[in-house]
Amino acid sequence: MWHRFFDVISSLKLTVICLSLAIVLVFVGTMAQVNFGIHEVQHRYFQSIFVWWPSGSQGFRIPVFPGGHLIGGVLLINLIAAHVRRFRWTWRALGIQLTHLGLIIILAGGLFTDLFSVESFMRLAPGETKNYSEDSRAMELALIDESDKDLDQVTAISEARLKRGGTVESESLPFRVVVRHFYQNSRLQPLDKAGQSAAPAATEGAGSQFVVTEVPRATAENERDLQSVVIEIAPVRAESAAPPATWLVSDQLVEPQTFSIAGKNWRLVMRPARYYKPYSLTLQKFTHERYAGTQIAKNFASHAVLTDPERNENRDVLIYMNHPLRYRGETFFQSGFEQGDTATILQDVYNPSFIAPYVACVIVAAGLLFQFGYHFVGFIRRRKTAPAQ
Amino acid sequence: MKRYSPWIALVVAALWVASNSRMPKSAPEGFDLVALGKLPVLSDGRNKPFDTVARTSLLIVRGKQTLRLDDGQTLDARRWLADVMFNAPVADAYPSFVINNPEVLGLFGWEQNERKYFRYSELLPFLEKIDTQGGQADTVEQAKRTPYQTAIFNLRNSLMLYQRLKNSLRPDDARDFAGEIDAYMKAMPAALEETAKSGKGGQVDQDKLAGFARLTARFQAMAELANVLPVPPDPAGGGPREEWISVGASLLKAISTGSVSPVTKSYALAGDAYHAGNAAEFNKNLQGLSDWMAKNEPKETGRAAFEFLFNQLEPFYQAMGLYVLAFLLVCFSWLGGNRSLGTAAFYVLLLALAVHTFGLGSRMYLQGRPPVTNLYSSAIFIGWGTVIIGLIIERIFRDGVGSACAAAIGFTTLIIAHHLAGSGDTLEMLQAVLDTNIWLATHVVTITIGYSAMFLAGTLALIYVVRGVFTSSLTKEAAQSLSRMTYGVICFATLFSFVGTVLGGIWADQSWGRFWGWDPKENGALLIVLWCAIILHARWGGYIRQRGLMVMALFGNVITSFSWFGVNMLGVGLHSYGFMNKAVPWLAGFMISQLILMAFASLPLARWRSFQSGPGPLG
Repeated sequence: MWHRFFDVISSLKLTVICLSLAIVLVFVGTMAQVNFGIHEVQHRYFQSIFVWWPSGSQGFRIPVFPGGHLIGGVLLINLIAAHVRRFRWTWRALGIQLTHLGLIIILAGGLFTDLFSVESFMRLAPGETKNYSEDSRAMELALIDESDKDLDQVTAISEARLKRGGTVESESLPFRVVVRHFYQNSRLQPLDKAGQSAAPAATEGAGSQFVVTEVPRATAENERDLQSVVIEIAPVRAESAAPPATWLVSDQLVEPQTFSIAGKNWRLVMRPARYYKPYSLTLQKFTHERYAGTQIAKNFASHAVLTDPERNENRDVLIYMNHPLRYRGETFFQSGFEQGDTATILQDVYNPSFIAPYVACVIVAAGLLFQFGYHFVGFIRRRKTAPAQ
Repeated sequence: MKRYSPWIALVVAALWVASNSRMPKSAPEGFDLVALGKLPVLSDGRNKPFDTVARTSLLIVRGKQTLRLDDGQTLDARRWLADVMFNAPVADAYPSFVINNPEVLGLFGWEQNERKYFRYSELLPFLEKIDTQGGQADTVEQAKRTPYQTAIFNLRNSLMLYQRLKNSLRPDDARDFAGEIDAYMKAMPAALEETAKSGKGGQVDQDKLAGFARLTARFQAMAELANVLPVPPDPAGGGPREEWISVGASLLKAISTGSVSPVTKSYALAGDAYHAGNAAEFNKNLQGLSDWMAKNEPKETGRAAFEFLFNQLEPFYQAMGLYVLAFLLVCFSWLGGNRSLGTAAFYVLLLALAVHTFGLGSRMYLQGRPPVTNLYSSAIFIGWGTVIIGLIIERIFRDGVGSACAAAIGFTTLIIAHHLAGSGDTLEMLQAVLDTNIWLATHVVTITIGYSAMFLAGTLALIYVVRGVFTSSLTKEAAQSLSRMTYGVICFATLFSFVGTVLGGIWADQSWGRFWGWDPKENGALLIVLWCAIILHARWGGYIRQRGLMVMALFGNVITSFSWFGVNMLGVGLHSYGFMNKAVPWLAGFMISQLILMAFASLPLARWRSFQSGPGPLG
């Protein structure tokens, strides 16, 4: 039984089947980009176990095709199993062995990247210093203790935690936060325009003036979810009979909301999730060069200062097209600009397996070159020695 | 006789190339437009000769590189540009603008008839309408525009380009431009004095200012419109090297420097002379400009002269002719069983490759870049790569198949390139992210060689199927040798497609921060790699044999054309530098033709003419 399983899992037939499924998946995933944003397509086709139909909805759905992770995973196992089964140390097979070793590294690296890499953005206006980058999609609920004039004490609740609901308690908070409802994608509407039967989203603050409704998740390329959450701020030991105070926090609310509890002022905001770093970047200047007499971009460059007290580093860095800054396992790329060509947007990528493709490329190229070269030379030799026709 | 026939064919072909390569000469009496054509300028961010500006501009507005007047006379692009720049009223009456779309004509209340080309003077009353309508189309994503929107958008661009050209070297309504410059310089000291006085709160003499201010505004408008920047940096100026500037900008700069560049002066005098019909004066000023450029901008002058030569030689058109000749020779050698004709084809192909290589090398020299920088150059390079692989195959197998494929693909890719050139300068400047010679030289070149090999394998399969199904010429030996070639070429394609794809991933990791992002162009490359892997594994596993290999190689044509062109038509993704949607029907037609061939290949062997007489190579 175990033997038969091993035969199947290491078979060439399985390889061909996986490759054929992959080609269909890649084609469909490419065509889907006409209608859906790249993030949605990746999530639906490539970074999933199955492709579901109908997609997106929470209710009834059936798997209609294996997703990228399933095909890639099976292919990886197939490759390793075939390697284990057929490995022989001969010159003839060396090319094939090397090629497949490289492929294993690529596939494993790809899987690692999908699971562990983190992408975020750092926006810097001239002169601005930041020691954090921001997620482009995930939000966080920040509770900011403003009582110290010089220092804000921030407690942030992640989107994933908000989604789970329930009560959040922390030593840094003199109160409990009860998540009443989390809206993945929402729209706010002023209460007076929402009709007679509409109820305000919350009892306190801006929420008492707005109605919040859930809408389907954003799928287009240039759209993103607008998250909202309704929370209740409750004393740690709640015995009072007073009605609970609820707040609506949403990234659609521009005005900050504040409240006082235990003699301290708190501010509530929904903001992009932040990733703090032990070092900071300060933008000195952003330049956007164009070819003379045209609007064609020639180069984008950020002149910045990197300050790292831990490692005692303080130096000028230049980040420009095709020349990112790699520092402490993270890589900063020139990604965009705003505010009329003065502010820069850097993309910050943490990818522990970024080196895998570099290594794999060399190994596979060497393997293929050796394999085809070996056979080509043999073929030419045979033709030379064969009698003329 | 037979021994010499390959050499005779080669000599005839070489003479044909030489006869096409004569340089134009200016008439001794007329305007020296050849000298004008060789002068270097800066346009669209690149230093190039006026000749290129003329050809690409006329190509954009009219779709052709020559202008045919109503009386049947044909003007070359240089003459057209000279009239546009120096004698606008005459140029306004030329039928320069192509309008094919009936809805655009309907916008003007015109019915569509056999007339396709229209005069600027005819379009003048509708400029505002065209601007509004074209502006609306501009807000629509390129991929989502209707044919009408594309047409009106293009017409608006053509008109803008035309107006910018008209005002690049002199205001389009100027009579005595050199006189205006003199007046401007004369009024300048007094006007500057008055301006300084007003800064200190003193009384200003408006009369002294008015004339000067009017001219300044006029030159300012020119500087804003100019599309051609002909004035090089001041050779005496120290400090970092400045950029080339327009005539208008150089006149405004005179306020701070106190003198007008001699280049600006000469262009003004030459323009006035052309306007007045004075050829001697025009030629004298152009001679002065040529001398000045040769002395002060020797590098750009040399490069511009070379580009002028390149434009006249049209190496890719000549190579096309040679490929046709070579293909015919191979066909005749097959029909007549004549070996020496096959050799002749091989020699002609070598000549074609030399001409093709000259063209490719010239472009690389002019641009200072690796060979592939846009869709146009990828077509040229795919053809070039295939011809080389085809010739190698021909050397090994010596049966005419390698030559036939080389000639057919060489010709087809150059035709495709010809149709891709309609959007203007094919040596355009590169977007910031592409501005890296290392990656252009490695990733782009490797992946394009992969395309070449895929198309070659597909063409070999095509020969197999056509010969096998429709003729009785596919012997067992011929079938086996075709199958060996196809297999070998697919191995080659696998190597280059894979390495090219991974190198692309590494470039993406360098510039966008991720190795793989499932972008359409990336996926296209991956599709080729996957398909090659499937073919090779299916063959090793014995799931396919000779015929299966051929069917799969034919489908390789479909996948490669999708990856090369199809993904660009989706209009999404980070690689949309080479957008085009005019070719959709052609691409679809090509794909369908390949599917039909695959269907033929799948016919039972008893229906193959080659195998009707007995058991075929497949047993």
